[in-house]
Amino acid sequence: MRQLLNTLFVLSEDAYLSLKDDNVVVQNKDERLASIPLRSIEQILCFSYKGASPALMGKCAEFGVAVSFFSPRGRYYCSILGEKNRNVLLRRQQFRIADDEKRSLPIAKSFIAGKVFNCRWVLERTKRDHAMRVNVERLAGQSAALHSALGQIGGCSRIDELRGLEGNAAKDYFFAFDDLILRNKDDFFFEVRSRRPPLDRLNALLSFVYTLLTSDCTAALQGVGLDPYVGFMHVDRPGRVSLALDLMEELRPVVADRFVLSMVNTGAIKPADFEERENGGIFLNDKGRKVVLTAWQKRKMEELTHPFLNEKMTWGLVPYVQALLLVRTLRGDLDAYPPLMWK
Amino acid sequence: MTVSIMSYRELLNGSTDYPEDDWLALSGIQHYAFCKRQWALIHIEQLWQENERTTAGQIEHQRVDDYGNSETRGDLLILRSLRVFSRKVGITGICDVVEFHKDDDGVALHGREGKWKPYPVEYKHGHAKTKDEDRLQLCAEAMCLEEMLACDIAEGALFYRETKRREVVELDDALRDQVVNLTCQMHEMYQRGYTPKARRTKSCNACSLRNLCLPELGRKQSAKAYIQQCISDDAAGGK
Repeated sequence: MRQLLNTLFVLSEDAYLSLKDDNVVVQNKDERLASIPLRSIEQILCFSYKGASPALMGKCAEFGVAVSFFSPRGRYYCSILGEKNRNVLLRRQQFRIADDEKRSLPIAKSFIAGKVFNCRWVLERTKRDHAMRVNVERLAGQSAALHSALGQIGGCSRIDELRGLEGNAAKDYFFAFDDLILRNKDDFFFEVRSRRPPLDRLNALLSFVYTLLTSDCTAALQGVGLDPYVGFMHVDRPGRVSLALDLMEELRPVVADRFVLSMVNTGAIKPADFEERENGGIFLNDKGRKVVLTAWQKRKMEELTHPFLNEKMTWGLVPYVQALLLVRTLRGDLDAYPPLMWK
Repeated sequence: MTVSIMSYRELLNGSTDYPEDDWLALSGIQHYAFCKRQWALIHIEQLWQENERTTAGQIEHQRVDDYGNSETRGDLLILRSLRVFSRKVGITGICDVVEFHKDDDGVALHGREGKWKPYPVEYKHGHAKTKDEDRLQLCAEAMCLEEMLACDIAEGALFYRETKRREVVELDDALRDQVVNLTCQMHEMYQRGYTPKARRTKSCNACSLRNLCLPELGRKQSAKAYIQQCISDDAAGGK
């Protein structure tokens, strides 16, 4: 499989990126912080107000380096869309299928089957690895509910029905989520998923990591020539990367949730890494973001054997590979979209 | 697939021309001869991925890739990066090098004294291939030149950088028939926007598109079976 190259995170608010001889140069005021060959980079995530030079953005588009801009607090602004998106036939095929519920439904079912399966195995793992610490009965109950949801997916005849099923499964899953937190229970706990704003530290972590995963999925879809805004399950809404959200469903539990839980359970993230706002919202502070991003980057370099392709690859490559499998499904090379089903 | 297979002579005598919009990249003949799916991925699906071979090829090409570096040496005129096309075959591309040898049997060239005989030279990374893909590309270039200059070209050469050797290629009717045959198929596939299914072969190891093509998919169990398998294993394992 393809090598996953490095991601360049630019976390300093005043950093400015420019191009010099196929290198990206990171500058802070007059000081040159780094100069890195673009050929060694997979993507650039820029959390700076100053941004990047048009020349650099052009070169990145040419080399296929994904560039995304965020506010220093992590709000997503935009990405560079390079020449890779020239495949109009593929995108038209994507739109045709998205317009036709009969053809979207099997793909949506795959996303959800992957999600429910992976949710269940996040619970099962904890049950198996920490039987002495956790409420095994509650976990087993929620896991059984997910198992029964998994069995019902095939019978859904409408996308709405599938969405309902998915919503219930998510409730079942998050109902047991607090049981998965094994350390610092006073500081890290989970009652219910809150997003706008996140109201506790765990939700703050989940939100931030989901943002990172969304950005990875968006970049992966763009990289293979799909339109991340046109989904099969998430309906179109201006500004929403519906297909990236579709693709994320199966990856949330296995990539993001497991990562968040391991940060908390290993004590890698601490209460001091968060700050509270006047509205009761809780967010990662500068230091917290750095801790998470460093760990996230490390996690991406870890390897797995892809259950469908049966090939070794890094976790960081998974969104890209799934996007590619989705393309191959849309082009008719595969009889169904194979989600990453990981246990 | 219903493709009208024409011989080169039939094509020449026919009256149909491809409109400019339908012209295909000449270099694609080489891809198509190597692997139909690779050609479709690059030219229909517009995918491209560099590997060390393609990058090396690009760097080497930077030198010949310059029309401005054309030169005259006595009875030899060397044109680099010459854009050529054929309406009959419906292709367009760039010749690395076309030598023009001063020759009374040649053709007149605009702005040049005397008569000249064109001789295409295609530069290739690596060494001579046992398959015909490079020869086909050269032949297609020659066919373009013949149509544009209204002349006949009996031979050309492939220059391999690794061995630093020229392989002289005789441009006979059999090779021309092959070019016409392949380009007919390519036009048909392009019209349909069809990408052939993956088939794992030995050539996949050398292919730069391997990671986008996923040739192993051709041998895989169905994705439906994979999902079903995961779900039923799940019932057995998770209790």
